[in-house]
Amino acid sequence: MCGIAGIIVHNGAPGTISVEILARMAGALRHRGPDGTGIYVDDRAGLVHTRLSIIDLAGGAQPIHNEDGTLWIVYNGEVFNYPELRESLLSRGHRFYTSTDTEVILHLYEDKGPDCLVELNGQFAIAIWDAKRNTLFLARDRIGIRPLHYHVGGGCIRFASEIKALFQDPFVPRRIDPRALDQIFTFWSTLPGRTFFQGIEELLPGHFLLASEGGVRIGKYWELPIVPPEERLNLADEEIRERCTELLFDAVRIRLRADVPVGCYVSGGLDSSLIAAMVQGRFDNRLKTFGIGFQEATFDEERYQERMVNHLGTEHTRIRAGNAEIGRGFDEVVRCCETPVLRTAPVPMYFLSGIVRESGFKVVLTGEGADEFFGGYDIFRETLVRWFWSRDPTSRLRPLLIEKLYPYLFGDPRLRETLRAFFANGIDDPGDRFFSHRIRWENTARIKTFFGGAIRTAVRGYDALEELAAMLPVGFHSADPLARAQYLEIVTFLSKYLLSSQGDRVAMGHSVEIRLPYLDYRLMEFLSRLPTRHKVFGLTEKTLLKKIGQDLVPDEILSRSKHPYRAPIRESLLPEGDPTPAVLSAEAIRDAGLFDGVKVEGLLRKMRSVPRASEVDGMALSGILSAQIVHQAFVAARPPADALSAELFVDLRAGMSRGA
Amino acid sequence: MKPLEMVRTFMVENFLFGDDGTLREDTQFLENGIIDSTGVLELVGYLEKTFGIRVEDGEIAPDNLNSLKNICGYLERKLGAPKPA
Repeated sequence: MCGIAGIIVHNGAPGTISVEILARMAGALRHRGPDGTGIYVDDRAGLVHTRLSIIDLAGGAQPIHNEDGTLWIVYNGEVFNYPELRESLLSRGHRFYTSTDTEVILHLYEDKGPDCLVELNGQFAIAIWDAKRNTLFLARDRIGIRPLHYHVGGGCIRFASEIKALFQDPFVPRRIDPRALDQIFTFWSTLPGRTFFQGIEELLPGHFLLASEGGVRIGKYWELPIVPPEERLNLADEEIRERCTELLFDAVRIRLRADVPVGCYVSGGLDSSLIAAMVQGRFDNRLKTFGIGFQEATFDEERYQERMVNHLGTEHTRIRAGNAEIGRGFDEVVRCCETPVLRTAPVPMYFLSGIVRESGFKVVLTGEGADEFFGGYDIFRETLVRWFWSRDPTSRLRPLLIEKLYPYLFGDPRLRETLRAFFANGIDDPGDRFFSHRIRWENTARIKTFFGGAIRTAVRGYDALEELAAMLPVGFHSADPLARAQYLEIVTFLSKYLLSSQGDRVAMGHSVEIRLPYLDYRLMEFLSRLPTRHKVFGLTEKTLLKKIGQDLVPDEILSRSKHPYRAPIRESLLPEGDPTPAVLSAEAIRDAGLFDGVKVEGLLRKMRSVPRASEVDGMALSGILSAQIVHQAFVAARPPADALSAELFVDLRAGMSRGA
Repeated sequence: MKPLEMVRTFMVENFLFGDDGTLREDTQFLENGIIDSTGVLELVGYLEKTFGIRVEDGEIAPDNLNSLKNICGYLERKLGAPKPA
C-alpha cells in the first residue's frame, strides 16, 4: 500500500518536468508510504512513489521496470492472486527481478495491455509509463477501494492518490466546485468521477485511462453486474450457502498474503465478526483484533464486541472514542478525506487505525461491503416494505411494517403519524427510479438552505438527481426494487464515501492498509446473481450471510438487531462551554463564500439551545464545518508538503545519467 | 401579535434560519422538507409553552401541524374549546 503521483507531458514540449514538484508531491503522500520514496523522471514523464512495504520488504522499491526498461510502473495496492499470475508469466518467458505483485502487473500489461485488468483480483491504483510509445496508462480497481485523481491541462496530465499531491503543482487550480457541494449536501458524497474541486477528476472504479499524443481516452473493464430476476441462479439453498461460504473463505485466504502480520477489525456486528472467525478458525490462531467503543451508549456496541472476542479468544485492543476527542480529531480527519463529510464517523475510524499502527501492524481485514452486497441495510428493507405498501396505499396494516422496521424511531408514540406521513412520501410512484433513496436524499438536501448567495447562483437550475440519472446503466431501469436500491447505495455511498472517508483515507492517514474480503469481485459477481430471498426475506436482512455465520459466530451476534455505525455530532463538534470553532466565525464564513453567515449563526444558536439536535441539523453542522476546513486547508492556502529526497531516483532526462 | 404571525416567526427562525420567502400559509412542512420528526417535537414544545396548551399524543398528526394554516385551525379549536372539567 502506497502513494503514487506523476506528471506526464502527453501533448506538449518535452523537458519541462520539475523534480522539485515531484519531490513535493512525494512529501504530500508520505503518510501513505513512510517506508521509502522513489522518483522516476525522463523528458516526458515524472513518476512518484511513497512506499508502505508489505510484500518483498527488501526488494520491492518502486518505480519498477520491465526487462528492457521501456515500461515503468508506480502502483498503490495489492493484487492478491499475484502468485498464480506470476507462474503463468514465468512460463511465457518473462524474467523478474523482484518478488512483488507490482512486477507481475507490469509484465501482464506488457503482454496484454489494458486487457490485463480483468485478470487482477485486488484493490489497486496503477500508473504505467510506456517510454517507447509515450503513453501513460492509469487504472483503478473494480469498486474503488484505492483512490486515483487526475487533472488534465496544458498538454499534461497530472495524477495522484490524493488531491493534496496534485496541489503541489502551482499549475493545478485550487477551486471548489459548487455542483460538487450540491451533490455532497444531497448524497453525502460527490457523484462518481467527481471531486470537491473544479478540474480535479477521479478515475472511475473499474476503469482505465490512456493518455498519449492523440489525447486522453477512458475505457471500462468491469461494471457492477445487474442481473434480471429471470437470469438468476436457480440452485438449492444449501448449495448456494456452500458455494458462497467457499468463495468468502477464499477471498479471506488470499487477503492474508503479506510479508507482515495481518490483523482484523471487530466491531461487534456480524460482518467483521465473521471475517475474524474465518481467519482465526482456518488460517491464523494467534490473530490480533482491533475495535472501537463510544462514550455514549446509543452509539456503543462494546458488549457485542466483547462477546465476539471472547468467543474467538483473540488478542484484542479496544479504544474508546470520547465526544471531545472526536471533536478535536475532526479537523485533521477532514484534511485526510479532502471533502466535506456530513458525519463525524470517519474520526473514530482514524483513531482505530492509529491504534493498529501503534501496535506494530500495517494491514487489517475489515467487514466493509457486506451490507451492500448481502442486503444488510435498513434502506433495503424499507424499500421492499414501501414497495409492498405502494401496491395498496390505503392499507392500514402495511404501514405498520415500517414501524416494525424502525422500532427506535417509532418508540415515541407522539411521532407515529408524522413518521408515517414521512415514509408515505413517494409511495404513489413506485416506478420512480429513485424510489428507494429519494426520501433520504431529499431529507439531506434540506441542508442546502445554508448555501450562500454565490453557491446558490452557481447551482441555480442544476439538479444533482438528474445528473445521477444520466449515469445509470441500461440494466438499472428493468431491475427489481432491491437490485436498484443496492446499485444506488454502492455507487453513491460505498464507493464514494465508505471506502474513502471511512476507509482508505482514514486508514492511510496512519499508514495502515485495509483489505476487504467482501469486495472480492468473485463474490460481488456471485451475489448479484442470487434471487432476492437470499438477501432480504420479509423483514429479515442478510439471510444468506446469517446462514454462513451459523457455525462460526455466536447466536447473540447473529440475531442482534442491526446497529448502524454512527458517532455523535453536536456533542463532539460543539461541546458545551467550548468556544465555536474559528472556521465558523462570521468572518471565516464570509471569506470562504460558501455559506449564508446569518443562517449559520442561527443554526449554531439553535444547536446550542435545543435539548436534542435533529438529524438534519447535525448533518448541516458537520457539512458546513468540514467544508470550511477543506476551504481553509486546500483553497485559501496550498496544503503544506516537504520535498522528499528519493532513495530510488531514476533520471533518464536527455543528457542525464541514470541515478542509483 | 396574532398566533399565525407568532408561529410563523418561530418556524422561520428555527427551521428556515431566517429565510422567510418560502413559507406560505399552506406550505406543507413535511412534503417541503421544512420539518422532520425531531422538529415536530420542537414545534409541539413551542406551542405548549407559548399558548399554554397540552398537545395530546393523538393530536400530533399532519392534519393539525403540517402547515401554518393547519396549526392555526388546530389552535382555534384547542383554545376555543371549553376545558375539560
